[in-house]
Amino acid sequence: MSEVIHRNSLTQLAAGLRAKKFSSVELVRAYLERIEASQPVLNAFVSVTGSQALAAAAAADRDIAGGGGGPLAGVPIGHKDLFCTEGVRTTCGSRMLDNFVSPYDATVVAKLKAAGAVTLGKLNMDEFAMGSSSETSYYGPVRNPWSTDCVPGGSSGGSAAAVAARLVPGATATDTGGSIRQPAALCGITGIKPTYGRVSRYGMIAFASSLDQGGVLTTSAADAALMLREMAGFDPNDSTSVDTPVPDYVAALDAPLAGVRIGLIKEFLDEGLDRENERRIREALAVLERLGASLREVSLPNLPLSVPAYYVVAPAECSSNLARYDGVRFGHRCKEPRDLQDLYRRSRGEGFGAEVKRRIMTGTYVLSAGYYDAYYLKAQRVRQLIAADFKRAFGEVDALVGPTSPTAAFRIGAKTADPITMYLNDIYTIGANLAGLPALSVPCGFVGGLPVGLQIVGTHFAEARILNIAHRYQLETDWHLKSPERFA
Amino acid sequence: MYDFALFFSFAFRPMSLTRAQIESIAHLARLELEPAEIPLYQESLSRIIDLVGQLDRADTANVAPMAHPLPGLTQRLRPDAVTEQDAHERYQASAPQVAAGLYLVPKVIE
Repeated sequence: MSEVIHRNSLTQLAAGLRAKKFSSVELVRAYLERIEASQPVLNAFVSVTGSQALAAAAAADRDIAGGGGGPLAGVPIGHKDLFCTEGVRTTCGSRMLDNFVSPYDATVVAKLKAAGAVTLGKLNMDEFAMGSSSETSYYGPVRNPWSTDCVPGGSSGGSAAAVAARLVPGATATDTGGSIRQPAALCGITGIKPTYGRVSRYGMIAFASSLDQGGVLTTSAADAALMLREMAGFDPNDSTSVDTPVPDYVAALDAPLAGVRIGLIKEFLDEGLDRENERRIREALAVLERLGASLREVSLPNLPLSVPAYYVVAPAECSSNLARYDGVRFGHRCKEPRDLQDLYRRSRGEGFGAEVKRRIMTGTYVLSAGYYDAYYLKAQRVRQLIAADFKRAFGEVDALVGPTSPTAAFRIGAKTADPITMYLNDIYTIGANLAGLPALSVPCGFVGGLPVGLQIVGTHFAEARILNIAHRYQLETDWHLKSPERFA
Repeated sequence: MYDFALFFSFAFRPMSLTRAQIESIAHLARLELEPAEIPLYQESLSRIIDLVGQLDRADTANVAPMAHPLPGLTQRLRPDAVTEQDAHERYQASAPQVAAGLYLVPKVIE
């Protein structure tokens, strides 16, 4: 087997396995070695499930030999440690769940297993997905493979760092306010957050239930299309799962872009956007125009209110969702509680980290008596205005574009002291979550040696369209093929 | 000459939340805080509330609150039938303290 097997894309690996160019066991061994070597540097994994992976790989090899196996038979992947995995520790990056072994698989995990994918382990993340830098994890910060002094973005930083360093060809991730797209941009890879309701949330540990959506991180849009096709679909176990057929995202990749109308979001070209980053975005848009797409500027006047609206809605839902961690049924329990109140207070005080507590308290405050109308109801009305802006824009264009993040990756520790500075990192990504829209990020060049991303937003259930635009862009450019030298 | 306005804006940042309010929020959320943590949350929560104050700029007089990101989605119902098997032992395997299938907590009624 080639020494550089990890340079293959997920699509190539799936085809190579089926053609018996290499076995899944060989592949899994090669990736496990890379994971082990990277772990002291990147800290991308919370748990590595080597022996289970090798057993699953052997089973996949038998399936392939027998002419069977799913579309991802034998392909190694990683799961963000927020997806429940039966019999495997699922921590959500928190001390609260340090000892939690899930009794069941999330639907996403079960579907990828059924498609033949082999799980190599659970990926590090911001605690309960609350963060934009993967620094709030109980298991220590994740480092960016392009520069280990920098953050990989967050909250799916372990997933993004692992894909960027070619420790896995693809990984699951989740996006509540940008947690797939922002780390994709900061790590120079491709990441898609599907439409709300497209991917089941069953077994995905809840943060903000009206915003949370599972998706994928891969090197290319073609790989994302292949993996997402297996993950998406109706699930009776998720009451907000949508019962519409999943199109063949892979088959739709090659459609020409002639006549496709693209809108550049004017409000995203604000004073917070790094000017070099803006140049990369404009260069990427020139490529799309060359491919026949028409470009115009579109205004979404309420979009700048995304961050304040989000920091009411998300903490409110978080404070409610995280009430389940009571030290009684599962998770951390304090030692020698004096009474039930003491048990609740100390178990939660000890189990949650500082950022999670901050969000629970923010949510508790905005939902408390006398403040509900002023904050929560007001934010939900502003959310409606933002969704209406998007709806209006999609009357004129097929896709909206802009930067994914204001800057390239920042240094570890640079933004931990000030939560507001950290929150503003998601200024361009939050809108799609508030409106429930599918959105992706593709690498579009470098600023100061670090990757930046182009964001493409589609209308509800237009995953195939935005993956198509991203794929055509990647046929013309090679940013997605670049990998950090240290992990070449 | 000093720019006093600038000086005061740094020295006396508007504290919209008091220490007592933070203690009350922490109580409602059942979170034990170290005394040293309280001023930190007082400062950061006040700033978050200031940020959220930007929402007042939007005119929402005739706008309905949006509870769900997908328009027209209705709550799905399922038949009221038993579908789950009893698996309490498996579910309770991760519990801090159980006995005879019951979760144990400190005595509530004296």
